[in-house]
Amino acid sequence: MSSPKTERRFVGKSVPRKEGRDKVTGAARYVDDIRFPEMLYGATVRTTSPRGRIKEIIFGENVPWDEFTIVTAKDIPGENYVALILNDQPYLVEEFFNHTEEPVLLLAHEDKFLVEKARRSIRFEIEEFSPVFTIEDSVNKREIIWGEDNVFKSFLVDKGNVDEVWESADVIVEGEYLTGAQEQLYIENNGMIAIANHEDGVTVWGSMQCPYYVHKALIKLFNLPEEKVRVVQTETGGGFGGKEEYPSMIAGHAALLSWKSGRPVKIIYDRAEDMAATTKRHPSHTRHRTAVSRDGKLLGMEIDFTVDGGAYATLSAVVLSRGTIHAAGPYLCPNVRIRSRAVATNAPPHGAFRGFGAPQSIFGLERHMDKIAKTLGLSPEEFRRRNFIQEGQTTATQQVIHEKVDLSGLMDRAFELSGYNEKREKFAEQNKSSRLKKGIGFASFMHGAGFTGSGEKYLESVVGAEATEQGNVRILAASTEIGQGTNTIFGQIASEALGIDYNLIEVAKPDTSNVPNSGPTVASRTCMIVGKLVESAALGLKQTLVGSGFLKDSGYTSEDFSNACRAYIEKHGALKSFSKYQQPEGINWDDEHYRGDAYGAYAWAVYVAEVTVDPTVYEAHVDDFVAVQEVGRVINPVLATGQIEGGVAQGIGYTLYENVVWRDGRMANNQMTNYIIPTSADIPPIRVFFAENPYAYGPAGAKGIGELPMDGAAPAILSAIENATGVSINHIPLVPESLMEELETETI
Amino acid sequence: MSEVNKVEITCAVNGEERVLHAYPMARLLDALREELRLTGTKEGCGEGECGACSVLINGEIVNSCLVPVAQVAGAEIKTIEGIANDQKLHAVQEAFIQHGGAQCGICTPGMVIAAINLLEKTEKPTEAEIRDGLAGNLCRCTGYMKIFEAVVRACQEEDVKV
Repeated sequence: MSSPKTERRFVGKSVPRKEGRDKVTGAARYVDDIRFPEMLYGATVRTTSPRGRIKEIIFGENVPWDEFTIVTAKDIPGENYVALILNDQPYLVEEFFNHTEEPVLLLAHEDKFLVEKARRSIRFEIEEFSPVFTIEDSVNKREIIWGEDNVFKSFLVDKGNVDEVWESADVIVEGEYLTGAQEQLYIENNGMIAIANHEDGVTVWGSMQCPYYVHKALIKLFNLPEEKVRVVQTETGGGFGGKEEYPSMIAGHAALLSWKSGRPVKIIYDRAEDMAATTKRHPSHTRHRTAVSRDGKLLGMEIDFTVDGGAYATLSAVVLSRGTIHAAGPYLCPNVRIRSRAVATNAPPHGAFRGFGAPQSIFGLERHMDKIAKTLGLSPEEFRRRNFIQEGQTTATQQVIHEKVDLSGLMDRAFELSGYNEKREKFAEQNKSSRLKKGIGFASFMHGAGFTGSGEKYLESVVGAEATEQGNVRILAASTEIGQGTNTIFGQIASEALGIDYNLIEVAKPDTSNVPNSGPTVASRTCMIVGKLVESAALGLKQTLVGSGFLKDSGYTSEDFSNACRAYIEKHGALKSFSKYQQPEGINWDDEHYRGDAYGAYAWAVYVAEVTVDPTVYEAHVDDFVAVQEVGRVINPVLATGQIEGGVAQGIGYTLYENVVWRDGRMANNQMTNYIIPTSADIPPIRVFFAENPYAYGPAGAKGIGELPMDGAAPAILSAIENATGVSINHIPLVPESLMEELETETI
Repeated sequence: MSEVNKVEITCAVNGEERVLHAYPMARLLDALREELRLTGTKEGCGEGECGACSVLINGEIVNSCLVPVAQVAGAEIKTIEGIANDQKLHAVQEAFIQHGGAQCGICTPGMVIAAINLLEKTEKPTEAEIRDGLAGNLCRCTGYMKIFEAVVRACQEEDVKV
């Protein structure tokens, strides 16, 4: 057999999704589809005001309370915090609370309608404290609501000496940019089932991205040894980051109720609870001050980036980190200073959402790049071209880009496919006489794959491959299938590495009692980082079969491989191979100075949006969208295209439709009726193109892809709206009310 | 609430006569999922916005979260479990698998029902008709492109690998 590496039997092919049949027939089992005998239904009683102290809990009348299992903070056997980074978020309020919808009390009963009635009957007598709701009030310390200064985390990135550029600069451009919260809105609400008792420990089944995050949190909550805690992922109906950290909370709650009642307990959030209580994308505020030369070269960038973390630290430090590193974008600038901070407000904690801070800071940067170009009298594309980073040059963190990067080429391709240049001219002419205004705009950006800096080194992810008695190869990893295609690409990567049929590869359901910790399913790391471990674990298996004489080194068929697996197991018993992450040579990161190789690899992209603005009803509609990107080798074109299309659609929602209305720190529109995501009638044709440049350390040359498409839509659409109307807008979401305000202000 | 208020409702589900024991205002969605254990029909929002709970009643598509069971007495109900014929998938299901129409899968049963309903009414729908026909079913994963493609391919049965 010739080398599978060159033959590429499975990588680059759109093999169908492994669990596709179960999904289209309704056979796939999500957490709410599962029930156990004697199971109780759990509910969460939550605070109804943003900040204060609970003086008394008042139980309503006409509820048979003696039939209920009731859990308070006093029932917690271990630590009352959700173990994550700073461990500041309690599972249940003991006395003081810091946001609305904070869990105080848990109820369980076998009648789920009665449990809901009971939940609604409970009232709190509280002492209210003055809350903080905005980034501005938090930064100005109107009240100190967290730590000494309301700051969860801050970073400083310093390259060159930006202080020296202002005097000699030809032009200085300043700008301020704002982004709102966004709900992940996976269509499957959060839910968990737990069976917990002293004898067997704690087992939970549920919808999640990160089984080992839940595992770690339950160990602390119950003060149990790790082998006494088992976490099993059920089929998961979308995550987008929204099931990264909050499932630890729900798992703990279900387990506490089960621990006390001695029965299985299921907690399923309804949509209103899921939207009001769980995490959203961090709102942000970015300030730019940029020095440029008259010929359009960036000389110095001073960037101030702040995100609203909500009431507890949760993942804000990491979201801030990614947002900070992406804040200066894919441009070369010799002097850069980025100051950033995540601050506390009395809202439910904001959390992970596809892009993880990068969509926010990239939005600010790309709008600002358009503003600078306009100030200089250059076209937005020409200004970008003069500053695109090239191989061998350094990013804001002074990472030398060692891969081939051709943003100008990606731009050419995106412009050609979208008809950008012709449309710029055509629309300018048409708009003179047309009531509807048309425009076209773009954004250029990058997205780092994997954990930031030394994150992957500390994670030390492990993947296993085992031979089965049927002669198949089963991949063992905690990386979850949440719709993005983990099962399928792991199958492709392993079959490619072994040169055997794709159907011989099974992917084990993530279950902490059976799979090693391959790290969380986040950060565009599953394909590039974990996929590489799948490849090496699979090869390890083959090596053992060859080494022990059951398989020829090459020239074998799938059947030979299966036979070798079976023969080995018969003679020696189980055959497993594990592979642990090893950082590629030459990656160096200085955590203290935030300097060095922030990511192992970046995906690069240019996105073009075409819009129509109706100035009568103040509506903007995206008519066409072209997404061109370089993500290394594409493992599965249909899945990869689906990732881009889905991310772009979420980006369109983020820009034009999805408006979280806050009232006293609580989401007021926590329903699908009034929080609007795009429907099939709203989404334009999304045309996706990949330039492929294999990455040496990715499986079969692949890099990360999942988050990238979230970054580009918002700035591209606002750039197109500026092209259509002449009005430069610096904030999202741009719902019709805000567009009206902008267009009216401009014409007055 | 007492058991005595429950009523018996006879209807046909996926071609089989079934007797439901439920409160008259209980949601059809709950009767299907809890009583008949037909869990392929999903709940996304509980207020008729997302379409994850779509089923066919007498050939018309409805959000089963908005239908009280009392309304289905004598009706013919079809859920996702009744779409494939034995082991043979419907052309729409096959096309969803082949062309990436399903990602996380939670909207998929409702989306497949909506697509089948559309094709039963309009043999070869235009793009605008597809967009319109599926606008009551929300998907957060796909951006709808692959779903449109799957519906188009399902109409061209010769292209669909069964």
